[in-house]
Amino acid sequence: MNKVWLGLLIGGALGVVDGLTAWFYPAVRSQLLGIVIGSTIKGLIAGVLIGYFARKVKSLALGIIFGLGVGLLLAYAVAAMPDPSGKHYYFEIMIPGGIVGMIVGYATQRFGTGVLQTR
Amino acid sequence: MKWLDDNALERLRAAAELPDLGGTRYQVLGRLGHGGMGSVYRVADGVLGREVALKVIAFPDRDGGFADRLVREARILAQLEHPGIVPVHDAGTLPDGRVFYTMKLVNGQRIDEHVQRLAALNEKLRLFQRICEPVAFAHAHGVLHRDLKPQNIMVGPFGEVLVMDWGLSKVIADDALAIPNADSASPGESTTGHGAVLGTPGYMSPEQARGEAATLDRRSDIFSLGAILKGLLDDVEVPIPRRLRAIASKCLESDRTQRYNSVEELAQDIANYLDGLQVKAHPEGPVARLGRWMVKNQAWLLLILAYLVMRTLFIVWKNR
Repeated sequence: MNKVWLGLLIGGALGVVDGLTAWFYPAVRSQLLGIVIGSTIKGLIAGVLIGYFARKVKSLALGIIFGLGVGLLLAYAVAAMPDPSGKHYYFEIMIPGGIVGMIVGYATQRFGTGVLQTR
Repeated sequence: MKWLDDNALERLRAAAELPDLGGTRYQVLGRLGHGGMGSVYRVADGVLGREVALKVIAFPDRDGGFADRLVREARILAQLEHPGIVPVHDAGTLPDGRVFYTMKLVNGQRIDEHVQRLAALNEKLRLFQRICEPVAFAHAHGVLHRDLKPQNIMVGPFGEVLVMDWGLSKVIADDALAIPNADSASPGESTTGHGAVLGTPGYMSPEQARGEAATLDRRSDIFSLGAILKGLLDDVEVPIPRRLRAIASKCLESDRTQRYNSVEELAQDIANYLDGLQVKAHPEGPVARLGRWMVKNQAWLLLILAYLVMRTLFIVWKNR
């Protein structure tokens, strides 16, 4: 599996899992579906970007740092949108988003092939 | 009264030993080294316009034993076509009656000198794997080297590893090359005609040191590879992992039945070590295996653990 597809897969999967953790917060449980969809899309975008980076740059450290940056940036974009009560959840969204980005960064550097397979 | 100093004597001796290349395509450029059987010279090949190494018997060989051995060595090398085995270009007899052969001139370093530049243990192990390849190839063709040591292994300018000096090589019965009298030293011959044991102390196996030439098999070369591996590990400043020490120890078992059965098996254990997998030389229980898996995947596990801890803390904090 090439690194872009691997990033997409892991980013998407972790996005789903990360979104589902909203179930543990009673205040936002009613918005669970929207959170999961948003988190999944965020994970997919992060996965593609990080996977593409891994194809170009072969460095575990840089891959993890890039993953952290992309994860934080996308999570910030989500956290900047307030919930219906007007509250922002910067820490709750950005810190997990950053770690998920690091995990995807690590996985795409460590695993996956460097070339896009056409067939 | 001393007429000549040692340097002058050495020069005279070297000049006397110089091969007579008159009428041949070769011209001597310098001596590269000399061993028990012959000397190796850097020569210019006038026909092809390149430099090659020429190996020739260094002294008069009355009974022809050394000449036969050199011819057999050349024939064995000629049939072992492998990137890790120095190729033979030509063989014949010089005008002075001495037998010679020419081979690729390797402009590299001896492996023990080369490894001084390698800091990482894994780099040394990958180099060692490349030594195993030509030896395994030779074994697959029924040839034992019998004199594997750092002095006989060169690393070329592009990192290529070449196993040199097959002067003591022996063709064993199974899978043998089709070379008449292809043993560089006849079976049962534990010493040369000059009374020296074949091989190098510290690198030759106990059975080889006992002179059991007729019964030597590939496990004798595995012992030598183990001695080379141990030498590579001795220079490493970090503590050597137990699994790696076990690999070297298994090669160096005095009872050959306890050693690896083949060089491929040894190389596979080195590859497994490098990949963080279990090695044959060091059986592990489930706990040790789990520990090794965790060490191998520690970055991965730490990231997942960090995510779970952080998520749990947020959940607890938000629901208190």
